[in-house]
Amino acid sequence: MRRFRTYNEVDHSTESELLEQVLEQRSKLAHRLEAVGTVVAVASGKGGVGKSAVTANLAATLAQKGHRVGVVDADLNGPSLAQMLGVRNASLVDQEDGVVPPKGAAGIPVISMELLQGAHDTPLRWRDPGADTFIWQSTMETTALREFLSDVAWGELDYLLVDVPPGTDKIARLLELVPGLPVALVVTTPSDMSRSVVARSLRMLAEAEVPVVALVANMTEYHCPGCGELHPLFPGDGAQELARTSQIPIWASVPFDPRLARETDSGRPWVLEEPEGQVAGAFLELARQLAATHIVDPSSQEAP
Amino acid sequence: MKFLCLTCDTVMAFAERQIPGDGTMAAVFACPDCGREMAMLTNPMETQLVSSMGVKVGGREVPAQPMEGVRSSLAGGREDAFVEPKPPQTTAAHLASSDSPSSGTGGGVSPGQGHTPRPGPVEWSPEAVERLGRVPRFVRGMVKRIYSEYARENAIRTITPDVMDTARTDLGLEGM
Repeated sequence: MRRFRTYNEVDHSTESELLEQVLEQRSKLAHRLEAVGTVVAVASGKGGVGKSAVTANLAATLAQKGHRVGVVDADLNGPSLAQMLGVRNASLVDQEDGVVPPKGAAGIPVISMELLQGAHDTPLRWRDPGADTFIWQSTMETTALREFLSDVAWGELDYLLVDVPPGTDKIARLLELVPGLPVALVVTTPSDMSRSVVARSLRMLAEAEVPVVALVANMTEYHCPGCGELHPLFPGDGAQELARTSQIPIWASVPFDPRLARETDSGRPWVLEEPEGQVAGAFLELARQLAATHIVDPSSQEAP
Repeated sequence: MKFLCLTCDTVMAFAERQIPGDGTMAAVFACPDCGREMAMLTNPMETQLVSSMGVKVGGREVPAQPMEGVRSSLAGGREDAFVEPKPPQTTAAHLASSDSPSSGTGGGVSPGQGHTPRPGPVEWSPEAVERLGRVPRFVRGMVKRIYSEYARENAIRTITPDVMDTARTDLGLEGM
């Protein structure tokens, strides 16, 4: 029987250069993120906890405090952040060194699949080169997220918030692309169901050794517009229980306010509409905690 | 991957890439010693895998364009999702204008890319301009830059439909 040499025993630089191309992609991504102070993942593991609204309002709060903030809507199948930041129908400027994203509320640049798709109700579909379905959907989505991070001309930013869609696999996708992810904010609600699902995301982030992980307890209380008092929205307090069992701190508790959803969904982050309200106060605290942990002083850096 | 010519014990060199249809990608390799050629044919699944990773079998002749993967693969992309840096014009003269960076066709190098495009202007024939105008706007700027880069790399002064056909084959630009 003939004995073939192994791949590495054949001394020849490969012509296909597939590995080199992948490494070049990663190098390009790392180069782009060199101009970003802190990449912050806003994740949850569970849908419906208000994660995207938290992302939009946190970004607006940080921008109002003078930080340079960008937003990546990594929810490719359910994008919403271009809408929430008021640039749903804006165009990207096609430049050779990267596409320039539109700037939404508070001047926040955002990239989202919303900006690329045609009709608003178009589901995410990839063109297939001949087969009936795009089998490598997950790989394609990783490529899309990589390009959102590396091929957008973000310029210098203090924070790049990445809104990660529900599912621990989506967190893993981001961690694969940004292996040194420094901060993850995990949004939860007081419900028991949210607690158990979000706990899985916390486990994954712990295993990935993300340095800073904090909880954002959303919809903790209901602000009654009639009596002006706060009432519990869910029985029990799953967020506190989750913080206790996971030893992960809660950086902010955001009360439920229907105006937050209504205004933010209309492209006006609520913290900009009512900057003195309780919701805005919660996001100020969140921004303060973030800045205290990963100190980024915009005044010490040149303006963009 | 490497392909070894067993007769010569030499690694075969990449020679040509084509997308002949049916989701097939053909990559031709030739032995530099004896000239023997072989074609690697991928099935649609394998073609999709390579495409979804944003890599090219045989290596890249021109740098990857910004958001090339999304723009090449997204179905139903919004026509006005991308605009050129200058106010868009629809005349043939604009499409055929110099490929300076400001018109979205420049030869700059993206960070991390190792290509060094050759300097010099690239012109577009009226027929090529007309054909470029039929490319969906979602990818037109990117396609224009790719053809310009290809022309520079191959010392082609004027882009014609024939050049576009050749580039499309060489670069594996399905649907462009």
